Amino acid sequence: MKVALAINLITAGLLLLSFLKSSRKTLIALKMSLQKGANLMPWMIGIIVLIGVMLSFVPEQTVERYLGGEMTLIQVGGAALLGTITMIPSLIAVPLAGSLIEAGASYTTIAAFLTTLIMVGFVTLPLEIKELGIKITFWRNLLAFVFAIIIAGMIGVLM
Amino acid sequence: MTVRDFIRLFKKMIFVIIATAVLIFFLGYFFPDEQAMSLAIMKEYSLEVILVFPAVLVLMGLADIWIPREMVRRHFGDTAGFRGLLLSVFLGTLPAGPLFIAFPLAGKMLRKGARVANVVAFMGAWASLKMSEIGMEIYFLGVKFAFLRVALTLIAVLGIALITEKMLTVTGKGLTKESI
Repeated sequence: MKVALAINLITAGLLLLSFLKSSRKTLIALKMSLQKGANLMPWMIGIIVLIGVMLSFVPEQTVERYLGGEMTLIQVGGAALLGTITMIPSLIAVPLAGSLIEAGASYTTIAAFLTTLIMVGFVTLPLEIKELGIKITFWRNLLAFVFAIIIAGMIGVLM
Repeated sequence: MTVRDFIRLFKKMIFVIIATAVLIFFLGYFFPDEQAMSLAIMKEYSLEVILVFPAVLVLMGLADIWIPREMVRRHFGDTAGFRGLLLSVFLGTLPAGPLFIAFPLAGKMLRKGARVANVVAFMGAWASLKMSEIGMEIYFLGVKFAFLRVALTLIAVLGIALITEKMLTVTGKGLTKESI
């Protein structure tokens, strides 16, 4: 929340500076922002709606089966896959992870879930491809997945 | 801007909003429980996005006008070296909001001359190393876990960035055609 406030304040400040320096340029910049925004908003809305609907259809049992209790390779892989497909806001994901740990889940599984959750984006792939090209998207996500599992393994060993 | 310009600009968005409304109604009729949860999650996400995305858009516009290609190249381009990489990671830890907000910004960086590794590092940091979220992680998962995850993820982010770039120089960039 505070960060968001800071970002908006800084942006407002920069906008003001820009306007004072050249109102013409500032207006051009804003027009570009608006155009970009109008192009992107459908994507954003689509992504949010898709995530919301997908998440609400994941049954409780699946979450528990994949993330709770025992730690096996299938478990960790499953957790990573679950994290890949879903995208939960950190605000929800982190407390969720905390309560899963308390309920007995292993740190490895949770680490795999969290890391893939935030780094690999399944639902957001189309947007990423559009903005960054298919190669970057492919490699970034693939490597993130692989590294997430490695990180999870190391955390399991070190915790 | 006339009304017609306005409509043309927001045509896609209006369509998506209507489609969403239809979907929500459909859910409400057949899957009321899921509808409730969907809405809750959508609300949470929308809040995060609305708080940060407009500012990011404005910043992008301003950066486009005021930051010359040369400056981007100097600090984030191929010659910027390890310092550029670290700077990219650092910048990625500052903002708030989900990763996909960063995509347009990252794409813009790339087109303005930033190095692939720097752009990927920026995104990686934004995804997993945001300073605003680490506090929460410490609170819910403990200092030890948070420390380990952050340290290991930092290495991973750098690794992912460099390897991605390597793969691209080997096989070509594959950028999609994008206007602005």
